[in-house]
Amino acid sequence: MKRSWYATPYALWMLLFAVVPLLFVCWYAFTTPDGAFTTANFREFAKPRYVGVILRSLKLALYCTAVCLVIGYPTAWFLAGRGFNHAQSLVVLILLPMWMNLLLRTYAMMTLLDDNGVLNAALQALGLGKIHIIGTEGAVLMGLVYNYLPFMVLPIYTVLKKMDYSVIEAAEDLGCNPLRVFTRVVIPMSVPGIVSGVTMVFMPAVTSFAISTLLSNGKLRLAGDLIDYIFNQSSNPNRWNIGSSFSLMMLVLILISIGFLRKVDPDSEGGGMW
Amino acid sequence: MVRNNRTVRSVRAVWMTLLMLFLYAPILVMIALSFNASVSRSQWTGFTLDWYVKLFHDPAILGALRTTIEVAVIATVISTVIGTLGAIGMHAMNAGMANVLINVSYLPMTTPDIVTGVSLMLMYLFCHVPLGKWTMIMAHIAFDIPYVLFSVMPKLKQMNPNLYEAALDLGCHPVKALYKVIIPEITPGIFTGALLAFTMSLDDFVISYFTSSDMYPNLSRIVYASTKLGVKPTMYALSTLMFATILILLILVNKRTKLENL
Repeated sequence: MKRSWYATPYALWMLLFAVVPLLFVCWYAFTTPDGAFTTANFREFAKPRYVGVILRSLKLALYCTAVCLVIGYPTAWFLAGRGFNHAQSLVVLILLPMWMNLLLRTYAMMTLLDDNGVLNAALQALGLGKIHIIGTEGAVLMGLVYNYLPFMVLPIYTVLKKMDYSVIEAAEDLGCNPLRVFTRVVIPMSVPGIVSGVTMVFMPAVTSFAISTLLSNGKLRLAGDLIDYIFNQSSNPNRWNIGSSFSLMMLVLILISIGFLRKVDPDSEGGGMW
Repeated sequence: MVRNNRTVRSVRAVWMTLLMLFLYAPILVMIALSFNASVSRSQWTGFTLDWYVKLFHDPAILGALRTTIEVAVIATVISTVIGTLGAIGMHAMNAGMANVLINVSYLPMTTPDIVTGVSLMLMYLFCHVPLGKWTMIMAHIAFDIPYVLFSVMPKLKQMNPNLYEAALDLGCHPVKALYKVIIPEITPGIFTGALLAFTMSLDDFVISYFTSSDMYPNLSRIVYASTKLGVKPTMYALSTLMFATILILLILVNKRTKLENL
């Protein structure tokens, strides 16, 4: 028996449980419940009750990406600094929450931000009064940032770490001040990491499920929650088809992001995590 | 990149402290509340283990715990076998064919969890397979396999290819050569892959949510359902235990590889 045959169970399993299910999504997305071809499922997007959710998802995912970049870049920059002895352990500490169940992380966030939670107790103790944040877009944004920040830090850190320090020294020798070194040398050289990080944050943020529902007391749905909601609409005979068309759109959006990523960062220098 | 002068160092210290506070405050608060005697979320009224005792007397939670572990163990064993054999097979293939097969593994890793979950659910429903424990296990195997594959592949590349050939030349049966020569060489990779697969299985919420039913809930499902009924301290205790378990597993994985290389 040739050794290559050992890959048969692998090929079959992945075909049956990774490829075929996606074909089912495509099939349902383009058919009516009777099995006839249609593109009407995609027109559901334009309905006001759905369009609002989709726009909110895109908006919050963009905000989340921006906040992660603003927090993540300096973090990665500090971590990649020369002679920073604690960098290794800090990187592990930053990555650690990422491996913790998404639900548990969000649940923890919920506890912290609650009207009667620790944050408000602390604010009151400081005499700053209470703030109402749970249930608002602010809380959802915080939850998203909390969940996806590590995805921004890691690729930028990897790129900065690999950067040739002599290039910076050359710029300095040629009379560049530190600010110009940063804007003209460091940032341009870290673009692959930034693109990687932006994609890695934006993709899961825009498809996130449960985070928003939990942090907004069920008031604010995002695209991921919308898919769940549609599939559970037992009164709607089209629910599988419409749900599939939404899922397919989501998948296409992700594939476009990945294509974009490959184009900007073809050798995945950004050290993409997967 | 950063010059090590005093200003930079102090800014860095403040920045990192705030970041760690942001990342760990929610988790630490949750852990603290799991030991809090009062149900209140802001008042500390004394240390107690009551919530943990309650947890282990709740049949629903114990059932979910059993389901979670059962699913994780079965999925890990099967995905480790399939993934390891897959890696060995692909290693022996020509590069073109192997590349196609490896790319299939990127599919579940890049597809959003919600789409993976929904797609599997559609397939099960179409084939009239009732959602339950086994549908969840099948799904877990599919997303665990790539982790095993990507842990074993590098070990195979490091291996001296002549060893296997030598074993065959010396009259070893191919199957015997597999477990006498190849497997011992790649055992560290297999073990890391299995640990990762187990962690991913324990950790999963979204895919399990769509491929199982309320009849066979796993722990994530119980946590999710309970959030709709208001927060209970037993859930903090459960979360703390789950966090501790994942932490221990990751320390084990990290000892074998470096987390950031994954």
